[in-house]
Amino acid sequence: MTSVRTLLEKPWIWSFVGAVVVWLATIAFTGGYGAGGMVTAALSLAVFTVIVGVGQMFVITLGPGNVDLSLPANIGLASAVAMKVMGGSDSMILVGLLAALACGAAIGAINYLLIWALRIPPIIATLSASFIIQSVDISYGRGLQIKPPPGFADFTNWQVLGIPVLAMLTVIFTIGAALALQRMIYGRSVLAIGQNIRAAWLAGVHVGRIRFLTYTLCGALGGIDGALLAGYFRGANVDIGNEYLLASIAVVVIGGTSVAGGKANVPGVWGAGLFLVLLLTMLNTFGVSAGVRLLLTGLIIVGVITAAGGEKAVR
Amino acid sequence: MLQAIADIVRLNGAEKHFGAVRALNGVDFHVGAGECVGLVGHNGAGKSTLMHMVAGTLRPDGGQIAVRGNQEASYSVARALELGIRCVFQELSLCPNLSVAENTRINHPSLAGFNWRRRAAELIRAKLDEIFPGHGISADDIAGDLSIGRRQMVEVARAFTLTREPLHLVILDEPTSSLDAHTAGQLLSFVRRFVAAGGSCILISHVLGEVLQNADRIVVMRDGKVVAADAASAFDRDRLVAAMGGAEGHQKAAAEARKTEAGALRVRARPIRQQDDKELVARTGEIIGLAGLAGHGQTDLLLSIFSAASRARTGIEVTAPVALVAGDRQSDGIFSQWSIAQNIGIRSLARLRSGLLISPQREAELAEFWKKKIGIRTPDMNNNIYSLSGGNQQKALFARALGSDAEIVLMDDPMRGVDIGTKLEVYDLVREEAAKGRTFLWYTTETEELDNCDHVYVFKNGRIVANLGRDELTEEKIIQSSFGDAA
Amino acid sequence: MTAIAPGTVPKASPRGSAARARMLRGLLPALSLALVLLAIAWLNPRAISYFGFNLMLNLAIPIALATIAQMFVIAGNELDLSIGTFVGFVGCVTATWLRDAPLIGILVLIGSIGVYALLGALIHLRNLPSIVVTLGMSFVWQGLAILILPKPGGKAPEWLLSIMSFKPPYVPFPILAALLIAAVVHFGLMRTSYGVILRGSGGNAAALRRAGWSLLKTKIVLFALTGLFGVLSGMALIGITTSADANIGNGYTLLSIAGVILGGGEFVGGRVSPIGAVIGALTLALAASPLLTFMHIPPDWQVAANGAILIIVLAARVLISRRER
Repeated sequence: MTSVRTLLEKPWIWSFVGAVVVWLATIAFTGGYGAGGMVTAALSLAVFTVIVGVGQMFVITLGPGNVDLSLPANIGLASAVAMKVMGGSDSMILVGLLAALACGAAIGAINYLLIWALRIPPIIATLSASFIIQSVDISYGRGLQIKPPPGFADFTNWQVLGIPVLAMLTVIFTIGAALALQRMIYGRSVLAIGQNIRAAWLAGVHVGRIRFLTYTLCGALGGIDGALLAGYFRGANVDIGNEYLLASIAVVVIGGTSVAGGKANVPGVWGAGLFLVLLLTMLNTFGVSAGVRLLLTGLIIVGVITAAGGEKAVR
Repeated sequence: MLQAIADIVRLNGAEKHFGAVRALNGVDFHVGAGECVGLVGHNGAGKSTLMHMVAGTLRPDGGQIAVRGNQEASYSVARALELGIRCVFQELSLCPNLSVAENTRINHPSLAGFNWRRRAAELIRAKLDEIFPGHGISADDIAGDLSIGRRQMVEVARAFTLTREPLHLVILDEPTSSLDAHTAGQLLSFVRRFVAAGGSCILISHVLGEVLQNADRIVVMRDGKVVAADAASAFDRDRLVAAMGGAEGHQKAAAEARKTEAGALRVRARPIRQQDDKELVARTGEIIGLAGLAGHGQTDLLLSIFSAASRARTGIEVTAPVALVAGDRQSDGIFSQWSIAQNIGIRSLARLRSGLLISPQREAELAEFWKKKIGIRTPDMNNNIYSLSGGNQQKALFARALGSDAEIVLMDDPMRGVDIGTKLEVYDLVREEAAKGRTFLWYTTETEELDNCDHVYVFKNGRIVANLGRDELTEEKIIQSSFGDAA
Repeated sequence: MTAIAPGTVPKASPRGSAARARMLRGLLPALSLALVLLAIAWLNPRAISYFGFNLMLNLAIPIALATIAQMFVIAGNELDLSIGTFVGFVGCVTATWLRDAPLIGILVLIGSIGVYALLGALIHLRNLPSIVVTLGMSFVWQGLAILILPKPGGKAPEWLLSIMSFKPPYVPFPILAALLIAAVVHFGLMRTSYGVILRGSGGNAAALRRAGWSLLKTKIVLFALTGLFGVLSGMALIGITTSADANIGNGYTLLSIAGVILGGGEFVGGRVSPIGAVIGALTLALAASPLLTFMHIPPDWQVAANGAILIIVLAARVLISRRER
């Protein structure tokens, strides 16, 4: 009984509860048809939100005002870079992935450079950076060989026993991220900065270095995500990352991470990622139009943040 | 009853607690019509808390407040303004993005409608001219562009402007702290004129001469209580100092004869504003006190030393790892989301690792060690830090610093609002750690704590003004050097 | 003690330099606009004409209105990431209901301003981060827009079309409209007595509360004003494009934030400038497409030009305040 209670006290549990409820509602509607396929599809799609969600989570955990608005542009550019470097050849897959990673990390580093050098809030820094990245992407992505190598496309769609391999790898990655958050100096430092940046400095945390690392990490994850998306959808395009601006922030918030900073958890990102994908599946199954889908997504985000907002009144 | 009606404001048995800290402990206080009351006491004596109550910004936890003889059941800022009671707060309350005239408008709802800008500008200009002739401030100046002294002048003048609301009592909390001698004199003579014309005033100041010369009656506070109240003529400087310091009944800490051989140099630092060649020097095993009034550069120097430990700075030499014990726990020390153990471990993460990961076992061991050593009273070190009382939170911050590899420990007035039992335990620990070779730089506003120090630097206006050895260390001497009226 | 009292050091200098830095920063928006205009005049002198301005500043009015909308929330230290999709939503309402059933159309638009006011209250009462709330709302507005107008289409009401195609003598309409918007908002926010309170709430909220003002009310008013100018922006946009599309306003979120910052506004501290914001919007409108076209730069780089201008202006600002220190 106590274990159930401690489980219910975890901030991330509700995102999983939400995902399960939505899933049950959908299969009740279809009469059980396609229950397994739905999970498989949800896992494959949630992966992309989870990867950038983890990056965004670290950034948001740095404290109020920290957010990376350049992720969509970053994903778009990295997907083009990856596809161009791979050039449709299976032998270049790894090089292409590394190129996407480097491209994303560079964008993240530039973001922090703008924040630090121009002393401007992260929102406006990542925003202006995203303007420029977007244009680079548009002009760079034009007339390119944009299809992924067949091996890469197959890899991103590969399933074993109905479970996407990419999802398994992402689970391993998120376990690593959770360890980094709770058990490594890096994660502890991020949490400390998010709770109280001045106290963190006075407790000997290397504030500047940690913030730089966090923005670079978030950028790098955006880069990898772009490459994987291009493989999964068998092609890169400028708009491929567009939905990940809101999605990355939404999974962080719904997953129980505090927007006020200093309090984060990785499982919630998975729960919220699955919840969002399953919610879309459910609304599609119900035959709801695109407008209602967007409307409900928005209302749920506003509802969740309103419900969660009360906690942080305790200072 | 006649007496009560002549009062502008009267508090009976006012009490206020902040968590475990008793800021006010049953205070009786009143201000009569046409009277200037001087309020003096050390930092943390409860003056500001008392004034917040009179101004309506804080509600008392116990006691009554009466204005002009009427009990006020639901007293608030709005009610205070309505009754003609205003306060110039110590922390500036101008909007830095607005002009002087616009800032005046904020305090006067009736400054609206046609031509309000001109009326506001004329109102504040006339009052500035009256109080500070030759002030050189334009009503169109943006508040944020003004020097801190001029901002204070605007704020004071604004409190005396009159539109619809009456004006009976103005509370001036350290009104001259940012003014030079000339403008301070202008202000004080205006206050005397205002009082002579029948207005009332509460004057809080650390400059004792100001209070002695301008107040009709002086109230001395100490430890949340009124310890003396008498006509100003009945006080002189020495009697005020004695009443504030409370020389009565505190025993000097056991002054063991400590070995005085000079150890290796740990810190050498010169305050930025220092003009002569005085500098702070600390060696291994020494406990160095930083004394003087609050906000006279002690914390700034500690912070410079702290940052010099990681990045070289001119004028400061630091030869060993540094840790800091914060005095303002909320803003400088506590990580509110974390357990006690995590709060202690943050300074020592590198040593708590096994491999890449922080070992929960080692973290728990560190926490348990300090729980026993420093006596943190909690059933479980994994409880949230806020489950502790204020004194025990402070012990956890000490454990964070003492449990680290730091050989130099900076203490930024860490005993603010801590109970006496905790204090004595920590004093013993500090002496014990110093005997082992650690160096302590201890800024404190509580004079008796300086008895633990080997020698003491007294600060004034950001500079070191005195270096007192252990044998010449007396309360009077410290107060004398830190109050040294430069006016 | 011969120590120099703090006040006897020359006093005028810090204020003088602060005021000078502020003036320089205040001139920066106008300077950037002049620079862009000069570049256009140099590249294509014929563009500097009644007709040329009408064409180049075609979309400047809705951008300026959206920027003003964003400026109001920024004045209260908040941010609206939903203004773009809100403009799109208003556009869809304008091109359908406002033409077919004017009463319903008007009620819906007024209701949407009410929603903004409610958001302000919600954000204040629950102490919510406006970024997340408005990000969620951006989906709500977009969803509603798609529900109203699933496919691009609709038509603006005749009266709106005739207002937006108004051709006054001598001065091109967009310039006239920009002047009018700047003057009205400047008066309302910078000159009226309640405008002072609104800006003060961003400058020092605690001081305002101590003086007895309601911060809930200021937040509601600021958000409602954002809603109002968002509505005006959406209507103006449809008056120019004549038909609507649910995604028509999406770019306005970023444009409006950039416009406020270009115009000398700051994210915190209640420091905003309506005139600056309108100038910022005009600069963006000119720099984005006409200038690039004349420079023979492909339209791909339009967005980058906005980002680059933003970064250059912010860098210039840092330089100015650093030198004046």
